Amino acid sequence: MRDLLPWREPVPQGATTDARGRFGAYGGRYAPESLVEACREVDEAFREAWADPGFRGLLARLLAVHAGRPTPLTPARRLSEALGVELYLKREDLTHTGSHKINNVLGQALLATRMGRRRLIAETGAGQHGVATATAAALLGLRATVFMGERDIERQALNVFRMRMLGAEVVPVTSGNRTLKDATSEAMRHWVGATGDSHYCIGSVVGPDPYPWMVREFQRVIGDEARAQCAAELPAGVPDHVVACVGGGSNAAGTFAGFSGTSARLVGVEADGGAGASHGRLGVLHGCRSLFLQDGDGQIVEPHSIAAGLDYPGVGPEHAHLRDLGRARYVTVTDDEAVAAAVRLARTEGILPALESAHALAWVIRAAADGELAAGSTVLMTLSGRGDKDVSTLKELL
Amino acid sequence: MTNPTLTAGAVERHLRARRATGRGLLMPYVTGGIAPGWTGYLRAFADAGADAIELGLPFSDPTLDGATIQQASDAALARGASTRRILADLAEVRDLGVPLVASTYYNLVLNDGPEAFCAALRRAGVSGLIVPDLPVHEADELADVAADAGIELALLASPTTPRPRLARICERSRGFVYAVSLMGTTGERAALAASAAGLTARIRHVSDRPVLLGFGISTPDQAREARRHADGVVVGAAVMRRVLDGAGPDDLRAFLTSLRQALDQECDRPR
Repeated sequence: MRDLLPWREPVPQGATTDARGRFGAYGGRYAPESLVEACREVDEAFREAWADPGFRGLLARLLAVHAGRPTPLTPARRLSEALGVELYLKREDLTHTGSHKINNVLGQALLATRMGRRRLIAETGAGQHGVATATAAALLGLRATVFMGERDIERQALNVFRMRMLGAEVVPVTSGNRTLKDATSEAMRHWVGATGDSHYCIGSVVGPDPYPWMVREFQRVIGDEARAQCAAELPAGVPDHVVACVGGGSNAAGTFAGFSGTSARLVGVEADGGAGASHGRLGVLHGCRSLFLQDGDGQIVEPHSIAAGLDYPGVGPEHAHLRDLGRARYVTVTDDEAVAAAVRLARTEGILPALESAHALAWVIRAAADGELAAGSTVLMTLSGRGDKDVSTLKELL
Repeated sequence: MTNPTLTAGAVERHLRARRATGRGLLMPYVTGGIAPGWTGYLRAFADAGADAIELGLPFSDPTLDGATIQQASDAALARGASTRRILADLAEVRDLGVPLVASTYYNLVLNDGPEAFCAALRRAGVSGLIVPDLPVHEADELADVAADAGIELALLASPTTPRPRLARICERSRGFVYAVSLMGTTGERAALAASAAGLTARIRHVSDRPVLLGFGISTPDQAREARRHADGVVVGAAVMRRVLDGAGPDDLRAFLTSLRQALDQECDRPR
C-alpha cells in the first residue's frame, strides 16, 4: 500500500528550481528552446481539459462508441489450469485498431482540436500508433503526418497502406538506423517547424513534460476498468500480481495507475534486447531524463526485439522511478519465449496476442513454472494488442 | 548593476572586446572527428578571421539538427569519434587565439557527469559550451558546475520564447546569447528568416550580452543581413556541407574569408 506518490501529477523537485514534470530523478522537459513554449501550451491545455467534465465526457463517449470500451476481462481458463495460477486478461486487443494505442490517441486528438490544431504529427515503429493516429485524425477531421523509419516501412508494409487508406501522410525516415528511435527524432524536428498548427501526438509515456503523465492519464482507463472488473469478479477483489509489457511503457503505465493504491505487485516485462528499465543507464533522450541503452561513450544503442513495439532504447521516466522505488519491478524475456507464449495463448485460449503482449505472458508462464508465482495466485495481465500484425513474422519463424 | 565585463568569462570578454571594435562576430562550426586531421579546420577558421569556433561533439540522436549536421555526426561516429578522443585531438592545437565553444546534447554531458565533463573540456582548452536540449529551466544542474570549471554555458533563445523567459535566458547565459533565427532545425536556408530581426531586437531590449544569430545562415549575403540584427553569426551547416563534400581546411578558409569580408563590410553601416 506504499508509495501512492508516483501516481500523482509529477511535481517540481527541490525548492530552487522550477523544473517541471519530475518522477523522482526522472522526467523533466529537456526540449530545445523552440519547443518549450509548445510543451507549455500542451501542458496548460491538458490540465484544463482533464479538469473539464465536458472534455472527459466527450472522450469517454468516443472511447465507448468508436473504440469499443470498456474492454472485457477474460479469465484464461485452460491456460490458468495448466499454469496453476488464476490468470485474467485485460483485453486491449479488442479495441478498435487492435491495441491500447487508441486510448491515448483519441485523448490527444480531442485535445488538439480543443487547442485549435488542425494536424497531428506522430512517430511509429510497427505502425500501431501510426494507424491509431491516422484513425483518430480521420474521425475528427484532422490531417495526420506519420514519421516512420525506412526499415520499419519495409517490414510493416501493410500498416503503411492502412495509414494511407485512412488519409494520413507517411513520411519515410532515412536517418540513423531508420527505425522508431529515428522516427521519433524526426517527428520532434518536424514539430519544431510546425508548432503553430500541429500537435505532436507522442505514442508512449516518453518525451518532454507533460507527455509522460498526460499519456499515462489517457491510458489509465485500462487500469481503472481492470481495477473495477477485478473488484467485481475476483474473490479477493485485487489480483496478487499485475503484469504488462514495457517498451516505452504506456500500456503498463496505464494499467499500473489503476492499481496504485492496492497491494498488487506490479511487474513490467521488457524485451531482452530493448530493456531500458532493466539494462539502461541514466540519460536524456527525446526530451526526458530516464534510463536508456547506451554505450560507454554515451551514444544511444539501437535496441533489437522481435516485437517492434518494444524496439525503443529507453523507458518512460515514471517506470524508471517506480523501479527505483521498488514499487514495480522490471524483468526481461527473450524473443523465443515471447513467440512460444503467443502460440500457447492461441492454442489454449483462442487468442493470438501481439508479440509485445506475448512478452508479458511469457513472464507469467516462466514465473508460474519456477515458483515465483505461488500456486493459486491471481494474475492480471494486460493483453495490449492483437497479433494480426505479427502473423507474417510468425509464419516465417514457425 | 554589476559591470558585466568584470564578471564575464574569457569567451564573453573576448567577444565583447571584438565587438567594441565594431567588428561583426563570426563563429563557424565543425563536427569534431569528422575526418583525419580535422583539427586543421580549427586553424583554418582562426586564420580566416573567426572570433570563436563551435566544436560539435557528435551524438547519435541530434534532435535539433537538420540533415547536414546529422550526416556529419553519423560520419564522425562511424570513424570512431567520441568526446574523449576529440578532446585528446585538441592537444595538437595550441594558441588558436580564439575561444573554442563545445556543443553537444545533454546525454553526453550526463554520461561523464557534469563535473567531469566540464573539467575535461577545460583541460582540453575549451572555454564555452552549448547544449541545445538543455533549456534554461533545466540548466541548474550544469550551469554552476560549468561556471566553477571555467566553462561558459551559452543558452539558446528562440522566436517563440516569451519575454520574461527571454530575460531569464539572457541573464543566465554566459559567453553570449545564441539566438535561433527560425522555428526549425539547423541547416542551410535560401534566405534569412523574418523571425530573426524580431528575436534579436527583443534580446537587445533586455541584455547587452553579445548576441550570435544562428540556424540557416549560409551565405555572405545572409551574414551581412544578419549582422544588421545581431553582433555576429554562427555558420554550421554551410560549413559542414562543404566538409562532407570533401572540402579541406584550405577550401574552408576561402569560404570563411568571404563571410568575414561580408561582415566587415557591414560593420561600417549604422545599426
